[in-house]
Amino acid sequence: MTFSPQLEARFEKLLKSYPPGRQRSAMIPMLMYAQDEIGSVTDELITEVAARTGTTPLQVNEVMSYYSMLHRKPLGKFHVQVCTNISCLLHDGDKLYEHACKKLGIGHKEVTADGQISIEEVECMGACSWAPAIQVNYDFHHHVTPAKLDEILDRLKKKPV
Amino acid sequence: MLFNEPSPLETKVLTRRFGLPNSASIDTYLAHEGYQAFLKASKMTPDEIIGEVKTSNLRGRGGAGFPTGMKWSFVPRTSPKPKYIVVNGDESEPGTCKDRVLIENDPHQLIEGVLIAGLSVDAHAGYVYIRGEYRYIIEVMEKAIDEAYAKGWLGKNIQGTGFDFDLYVHTGAGAYECGEESALLESLEGKRGVPRIRPPFPAVVGAFQCPTILNNVETYCAVPAIIRDGGAAFAALGIPKSGGTKMTCLTGHVNRPGVYELKIGFPVKQMIEEVGGGIRNGRKLKAFIPGGSSCPVLTAEEVEGATMDYDSMASRKTMLGSGGVIIIDDQTCMVKAALRIMRFYSHESCGWCIPCREGTTWLKKILTRFHEGGGTRNDIVLIGDIAKNMLGRTFCPLGDAAAMPTLSIVEKFRHEFEDHLNGKPCPYEHSGTMVTV
Repeated sequence: MTFSPQLEARFEKLLKSYPPGRQRSAMIPMLMYAQDEIGSVTDELITEVAARTGTTPLQVNEVMSYYSMLHRKPLGKFHVQVCTNISCLLHDGDKLYEHACKKLGIGHKEVTADGQISIEEVECMGACSWAPAIQVNYDFHHHVTPAKLDEILDRLKKKPV
Repeated sequence: MLFNEPSPLETKVLTRRFGLPNSASIDTYLAHEGYQAFLKASKMTPDEIIGEVKTSNLRGRGGAGFPTGMKWSFVPRTSPKPKYIVVNGDESEPGTCKDRVLIENDPHQLIEGVLIAGLSVDAHAGYVYIRGEYRYIIEVMEKAIDEAYAKGWLGKNIQGTGFDFDLYVHTGAGAYECGEESALLESLEGKRGVPRIRPPFPAVVGAFQCPTILNNVETYCAVPAIIRDGGAAFAALGIPKSGGTKMTCLTGHVNRPGVYELKIGFPVKQMIEEVGGGIRNGRKLKAFIPGGSSCPVLTAEEVEGATMDYDSMASRKTMLGSGGVIIIDDQTCMVKAALRIMRFYSHESCGWCIPCREGTTWLKKILTRFHEGGGTRNDIVLIGDIAKNMLGRTFCPLGDAAAMPTLSIVEKFRHEFEDHLNGKPCPYEHSGTMVTV
């Protein structure tokens, strides 16, 4: 499997970050950064990461299935994550999530027909004092109102990656 | 970047450099006493360093509140095995968003705290485990580490002291459970984040089966000030047996939610009224969660006279926890709050221990049904029974974390459960429009 030179450089650094014989430690970070580049954790990626970390594809599959940010199916180019956990709930995060679903016509972990946007109801993302919060890919948006969310979604619908 | 205005009632120790131009850069750090504590510590013996931390009465800031100096003293520093320093930056207890602020605004303070911990137990490598959602924080940390290497504050023979230390960043990938120390170590080793049985504790068998100091981001961030100004000065900021300040995240129904650094022992009422600007929309306090959603809930009456410290909260049968304060007003449905908290723990239970896996799942189902109007009087008893059967029966505290808030809500807001027994959906749901900030 070939990756971008930046990703290869990151892999090299990761594999050197752990004690000798402990390359398995690099597995989760490698999957995270590779997923960012190729869109999801594919069978091919699992085999590749297993080979590079001295593990078996079964072990990689077992580990990845535990972590909610790693996913086998591609998400939208822009993955909108709406927090509805307690601190966001107290600021109507649940209503914000419903609003986003209605506007896009999709539900939890679904992708719009053009593949542009996906949505997920997520657990606490660490933005509790600036609730309600959403994340678009890795970008945080704080104090989100329905109007602000509409603006963000309208922009994302047209935005090239 | 700061997301809320500071409060004049703060005591700025860990946040003293916040708001300076380029506060995250090594140049700013060095211009404001940065790394001086490390140089001081490098001339001290390990016992002197640990003694100073013990004197400071610093207690673990991740939630458990274990005395930090004592934790460090458990590491067998003459062991022939390598020793490791691991930073818990998995911050995922609902209501908590302080480690993010600490790293974003002053990452070198964390690096310096880690270096001093390294000196105290003869460790030469460390890992900063940061939750996967905090990608930009990971980038801030990586940049700070690169700067520290470039200026000789990490690597071989740091500033001619003869001390070597390498520091790495490790990303999580979405799992609350990995904030639990033994699950974090499993995750660091490239495995599913399930807890380890203890003993042995991480101090003896931790990262890569070697002796390890594992503390929260905020705990390490307090260490440079303790060494620089002395443990006694830090202790004096707090109350007996618990020193210093606590990064406190005000969340929920207050006028000025935000992250504030407050002295340990700060009065709760003053915190809500003066730091947080009071309950918004002129409403009244109904419930108070002191430190993340796993803490038992307090009523408005129980908050009277309470202070933000371990003992005051323990005397009210709750915990200071992680500093994630959740303030709930009088128009909130507590059944809905209990349900949302349980949905979270059910999602995050790793499934390793059956009481937690099954308990959280069934409580979620019962609370969902209850909130929608399909509950029975017997369910109220059942909820309590299931929760009690989870307590203390799991490898890690997640089972307790799910059971404790539920039990407290059922006990203290039982009338709200009874109000849901009329066969109709939640009587507390208001048709009100979205609150805009």
